[in-house]
Amino acid sequence: MYARILRFRWTIAIVVVIIAALAPWLVSAYTLTLLGRFLAMSILAIGLVLLWGEAGILSLGQGVFFGLGGYVIAMNLKQATLGEGEIPDFMTWSGLDALPWWWTIFSHPLLAMLGVILVPAAVGAVFSWLVFRRRVGGVYFALITQALALCFATLLVSQQQYTGGFNGLTDFKTLFGFDLGAIGTIYTLYWVTVAFVVAAFAITYWLLATRYGKLLRATRDGENRVRFLGYDPAPYKVIAFSIAAAFAGIAGALFTLHAGVVSPALVGVVPSIEMVIWVAIGGRKSLWGAIAGTLIVNFARDQISSALPSLWLYALGLAFVLVVTFLPDGLAGLGTNLVSRLTKRSDDAPAGAAPIVRAEG
Amino acid sequence: MAQALHEQLTEPNLLLAVDGVTVDFDGFKALNGFSLTIDKGSLRVVIGPNGAGKSTLCDTIIGRVRATSGRVVFKGEEITYLPEFEIVRRGVCRKFQTPGVLPTLTVLDNLMIAGQKDRSWRRSFGLRQAPEEKEKIEKILETVGLTDRSHILAGELAHGEKQWLEIGMVVATDAELLLLDEPTAGMGPKETSKTADLIRGLGGQHAVLVIDHDMSFIEQLNGRVTVMHQGQFLKEGSVAEIRKDPDVAAVYLGRAAD
Amino acid sequence: MGTYTLFVGQIFNGFSVASLFVLAALGLALSFGLMRVINMAHGEMLMLGGYLAYLTLLVVPGPLGILVAMPVAFVGAALVGAVIESTVIRRLSSRPLDTLLATWGVSLILQQAARNIFGAIGVGVTAPEWLNHSFRVETGLLAGLNLPATRIFILAVAIVVLAGLGLLMAKTRIGLLVRAVNQDRFMAGASGINVRQVDLAVFCLGAGIAGLAGVVLALLGPVTPNVGQTYIIPAFLVVILGGLGSLVGTTIASVMVGLFSALVQIFVDVSMSQVLLLLFVIAFIQFRPQGVIAVRSRALD
Repeated sequence: MYARILRFRWTIAIVVVIIAALAPWLVSAYTLTLLGRFLAMSILAIGLVLLWGEAGILSLGQGVFFGLGGYVIAMNLKQATLGEGEIPDFMTWSGLDALPWWWTIFSHPLLAMLGVILVPAAVGAVFSWLVFRRRVGGVYFALITQALALCFATLLVSQQQYTGGFNGLTDFKTLFGFDLGAIGTIYTLYWVTVAFVVAAFAITYWLLATRYGKLLRATRDGENRVRFLGYDPAPYKVIAFSIAAAFAGIAGALFTLHAGVVSPALVGVVPSIEMVIWVAIGGRKSLWGAIAGTLIVNFARDQISSALPSLWLYALGLAFVLVVTFLPDGLAGLGTNLVSRLTKRSDDAPAGAAPIVRAEG
Repeated sequence: MAQALHEQLTEPNLLLAVDGVTVDFDGFKALNGFSLTIDKGSLRVVIGPNGAGKSTLCDTIIGRVRATSGRVVFKGEEITYLPEFEIVRRGVCRKFQTPGVLPTLTVLDNLMIAGQKDRSWRRSFGLRQAPEEKEKIEKILETVGLTDRSHILAGELAHGEKQWLEIGMVVATDAELLLLDEPTAGMGPKETSKTADLIRGLGGQHAVLVIDHDMSFIEQLNGRVTVMHQGQFLKEGSVAEIRKDPDVAAVYLGRAAD
Repeated sequence: MGTYTLFVGQIFNGFSVASLFVLAALGLALSFGLMRVINMAHGEMLMLGGYLAYLTLLVVPGPLGILVAMPVAFVGAALVGAVIESTVIRRLSSRPLDTLLATWGVSLILQQAARNIFGAIGVGVTAPEWLNHSFRVETGLLAGLNLPATRIFILAVAIVVLAGLGLLMAKTRIGLLVRAVNQDRFMAGASGINVRQVDLAVFCLGAGIAGLAGVVLALLGPVTPNVGQTYIIPAFLVVILGGLGSLVGTTIASVMVGLFSALVQIFVDVSMSQVLLLLFVIAFIQFRPQGVIAVRSRALD
């Protein structure tokens, strides 16, 4: 049975994608908005599989890159609502009389789209290179990324005249000329999100199959061993971090389009570390698991936190402790274990490793 | 001594020169003005009691530990302060005491990564492999007897198999200088003599520096022996000469008490 | 107020902030040196100390209440630390990154519990009379310089704790055991030291010190459920700068972080000073990636 699942994994994948694409006609409008947002977030989660699951680099600052992508697209959206020579009202209140240059360049749709990917990737590359080139990693790196998240969020709040401060940027009307409220735009945006999820999945899947992916995994298990085989581990780690940052940026931009707002509350220390729990619950070494984990955690939050807000934080805290302690490979690991145990009992088909879920070293 | 070494450096047959190296660990001198030269394609065995500085010697050549003073010259160029991966790329490769295989990759991938010619990250995004490299790796798999284990994760190999895989990886790098730190640790007499055969077979193409305690293994290798003691050079000679040497015996037996 | 006054005032502030950081970071650094794990719920030990100070002052009002609160907070935080160490950290000690995440979960739970028990707004601790004044320089070069007694008190607490800890490490048997495990965990275990008990003791000690820090924090402002979060990220940076588990390194790093923050705040606002502090840390590791006090180790990673 398990072998059969393996054989048909591509068929299953295609079926899942088709169902996802048909969602606009399958679920309510409210659920569709949520699904769109959460699928956007799962692009970030896919990046975390590459970065954390495969490269063993824990980032507690993915919110920064999520935010960079979100703010880049939001600057475009905001400018689309303004007339010639107008500036956003929060800028007027702060006494500014013109848009800063790093706003105006993103008024061009192409530059905005490029910015969503390149700004986070570039920031991620410079930041991680500075740290990894001095061989600072592990716990130290995680703590530095958390400090980065703190700085980013406080800067967004304090530089109110440029960023809209605590409220962030909102009240968007059109994206590249399309009305954001129109049903056609909403559906298209949803499909674009699904397409990006598929693309991120495919890129990561391919990367992990290349020698790059193998070296990345080797670096996780023994950086020195890789070094003494004549490889410099730093660029491999920097690339993984930058790709994860770019994915987070895309996720942030799509999220902003779905949610109609981007604000510091989405990008700080706490949201950043919550992003890790999506992947921890789903399975840090599984691309499917990461997507599933993102959807499960966020739908659960939507249900629980509206009914019992204080319960949600207990649940989240407990989830962190229990999943990490008892289920290090998340639900995907649990699934693989279960299926392989079942197959061993029912038939004698060899229980090989699942395509992405690998035995822990 | 140092003067003589400088003259030797220009000699075409010289591969490695460790030139008066001192390594100071917060006051403890693991190496103390130690010098050593190795010719191309030659086999050298380094022995010495525990704490003599044998592993530190390997560490210093490969760049894991930095010399406090002195220098390491490889193929006429100073490598004392190069990053480890640069030293390896120039043609030095080391096998560690504890098996240094990559546990979550298959045996084949381990050898492929070790045998990769171009180790720049820019070339790492391919899925396919050059046929001549494939051939080389298949040959190595055969030599180390892991052909039918090639698709198993290296972490799942038995201890002895890991040792062999690592020797295979070191060979796959095509390095001109191989540093083997106790390559027979944990092996039985049969495997040990097989390893000795393998190492002797490497002569000519690779220079090999072996560190070991096992005298029977060292006799099978039959290379020149350097004896270290307390981070310093003690003696050099053939196995038979070293066996008879009273100073060496004193170091191993007489002073073992303190 | 003259430039000198501002400058000297900020240096004084820097040292007093540094003493908070050192109290918050000592436990982190000691446990990190021993076990290579960071307890993300360490900030909540500060919070706990603050609330315990508040509760103690309800029971023992009067000028010496704060002196009673300190041992109470120390013991209370140490006990909670013991629970965290033996239930969560011990299980995960070979997986340092997972320990970060699990203890973050603990931190979320503790914060929410505090919110449910004490409310989200926070409670206040009034400093006793003998701390509720400040020393003022009226004349001379430093005219206008204001040194609040609470901040001097914090400095004194930090110095006493550091001196006590230094003595403990250098002179006592427990200190000897800690140094032994710090140097070579495996050999220490092999020679009969109960390594896990040493881990636990050090962890509790660190949590207790954070609890003390919570008491002095309570003198500076209201105790809120996330008061620990405000101080813990700079404390993490102190650990990065300090070097593996070194008392001296942690102290120097705290002073560096405290002085840096205080002095740049002459020129920029608080949020910008955070950014500059992060840049400073990243710049620092370019030169000394192993921290202020580098330990030269022969162990393979």
